Amino acid sequence: MTVLFDGVASGMLLFLISVGLSVTLGLMNFVNLAHGAFAMVGGYLCVSLLNRVGVPFLAALPLAAVLTALAGVVLERTLYRRLYTATHLDQVLFSIGLVFMSIASAQFLFGAQQQPLTLPDFLRGQISLPGLDMGAYRLFLILLSLVIAFGLQRLVGGTRFGAELRASVDNPRAARGVGINVERVFTLTFALGTALAGLGGALGVEMLGLDPSFPVKYIVYFLIVVAVGGSGNITGSLVASLILGVLDVAGKYYVPQIGAFVIYAVMVVMLIFRPQGLFGRRAAR
Amino acid sequence: MSLATFDLSPLRRADRWHPAELAFWLLPVAAYLVFPDNLVLLTQIAITALFCLSLDLILGYAGIVSLGHAAFFGFGAYAAGLLAANGIGDPLAGLAVAALASAALGFVTSFLVLRGSDLTRLMVTLGIAMMLYEVANKLTDLTGGVDGLQGIEMTPLLGRFSFDLYGKTAYWYAVAVLFLLFWAARRLVHSPFGLSLKGIRLNVARMPAIGAPVNARLSAIYTIGAAYAGIAGALLAQTTQFVALDVLSFNRSAELMLILVLGGSGSLYGAVIGTIVFMSAHHVLSDMNPEYWQFWLGALLVLVVLFARDGVMGSVRRLSHAAGGRRKGER
Repeated sequence: MTVLFDGVASGMLLFLISVGLSVTLGLMNFVNLAHGAFAMVGGYLCVSLLNRVGVPFLAALPLAAVLTALAGVVLERTLYRRLYTATHLDQVLFSIGLVFMSIASAQFLFGAQQQPLTLPDFLRGQISLPGLDMGAYRLFLILLSLVIAFGLQRLVGGTRFGAELRASVDNPRAARGVGINVERVFTLTFALGTALAGLGGALGVEMLGLDPSFPVKYIVYFLIVVAVGGSGNITGSLVASLILGVLDVAGKYYVPQIGAFVIYAVMVVMLIFRPQGLFGRRAAR
Repeated sequence: MSLATFDLSPLRRADRWHPAELAFWLLPVAAYLVFPDNLVLLTQIAITALFCLSLDLILGYAGIVSLGHAAFFGFGAYAAGLLAANGIGDPLAGLAVAALASAALGFVTSFLVLRGSDLTRLMVTLGIAMMLYEVANKLTDLTGGVDGLQGIEMTPLLGRFSFDLYGKTAYWYAVAVLFLLFWAARRLVHSPFGLSLKGIRLNVARMPAIGAPVNARLSAIYTIGAAYAGIAGALLAQTTQFVALDVLSFNRSAELMLILVLGGSGSLYGAVIGTIVFMSAHHVLSDMNPEYWQFWLGALLVLVVLFARDGVMGSVRRLSHAAGGRRKGER
């Protein structure tokens, strides 16, 4: 039971970070391997705000998200937008370049060691039910992720902005023709994606750790979630993250010998049988 | 005689060796004379150039994107390394075994890779490479895991030239293999088979209409590319007499992609020149500040994608066009 619970919690964390990628990759059709770098920025911001400025944890989280989003907007305006129409390969190369730069910068600014994070008292400790020990922080993570998942689903599926976004993606020319400011929609969407990455990164410091190799270490996981869940699909990402989180934790717990092998195998098999993902609404270009 | 109505002479001309190319292949000799103390680095360059050539064949010519090409490099390295560690130390036998093993792996995985779009291909190739990495990491009895594969003993090359401490034999061995395989690749891309690959890259919908079996061709070139990568890996294992786990790492695949793009994909010389430029820059820059070399690497990648998409070879081509006036029939 506890294994299942931990799996769900780590799945939820994966979801938080990857859903941002799912938004940029699936809705804007941009292969952004630098997504993990944005998560890392969020993590470092959160740690710095806590340890150096002394902001309380609950305030540091949204601040980290907003500041990451700002960095994302600046990059989007200056660099990313030039590559919206480029091939996937170009986008991959470009974002790998950003990842390398972010790793070196993080090493320069913070050093290679793991960053410490002290949680506030009410998030430490355990809640014990019969047969189940729940870490308070994990519970907090699960609840927060559910709220965000629900909010996102509403935002993309049920608001005017969501409709404009889907229109801009499906047919930018026609969307422009009916008076949608496509550039603005894309910038906002990118900001949303990076904000989620920043938030996820900040929340992940406790469970995943934080050091300069973060973007490379976890990008594979984020990509798997998006690939398996079907890009641009929020429910899909949620389900895929949960499956992945539970499999990963259970695998490491019960059969540590094979380690991460299961996950890659599951992904490859998945992609062979359903290239568009579990819940994909259409094959990616 | 229906072919006679087409003018095939530009294709025939492209197949002929240009004097500048012959001069280019004198570079390894010059490098040997100028930098006799850096033979280890020069050997590395030759091996990486071969590895890059293999990616160029599948990406630059056939247009198959791959984020996991290190899988074949590593597979070949381990195949050759294990063979030598278990008593069969003949270098050429090692190369043959590595080539066959990697080709087999490439052939089998080509069917997985060829399904799906670019994005799926990126993910599947990445996944396969990561799986191999995990396997090699866990099979510590066989591969040595993180400690690397040790105990590789090579017998003299052709029974005559033993691998010396200064790396002279290793250098000429690597350069000779590179040259032979380059020559073969050059024949290949100018053959009808190679031209059909270009056609597939440029217009995949039209090729079946003129009778080219797209999937069989792609599968074939993927297998050949895998064999090339395997040979490169084997060369590394034999010349360093060691196989580290990072032959399979994601970084190696990503870096290779960078080298190819830097040199200009879709040009065999682009792959070789990209490697020379990259490895030399790496050597100089990481001497200057080893920790932040990665930053400049990343910056370079971003700049290349934004401003010089066709790499060094593209710039050379543009310069020679500007210098030589407007020549017909190029590109």
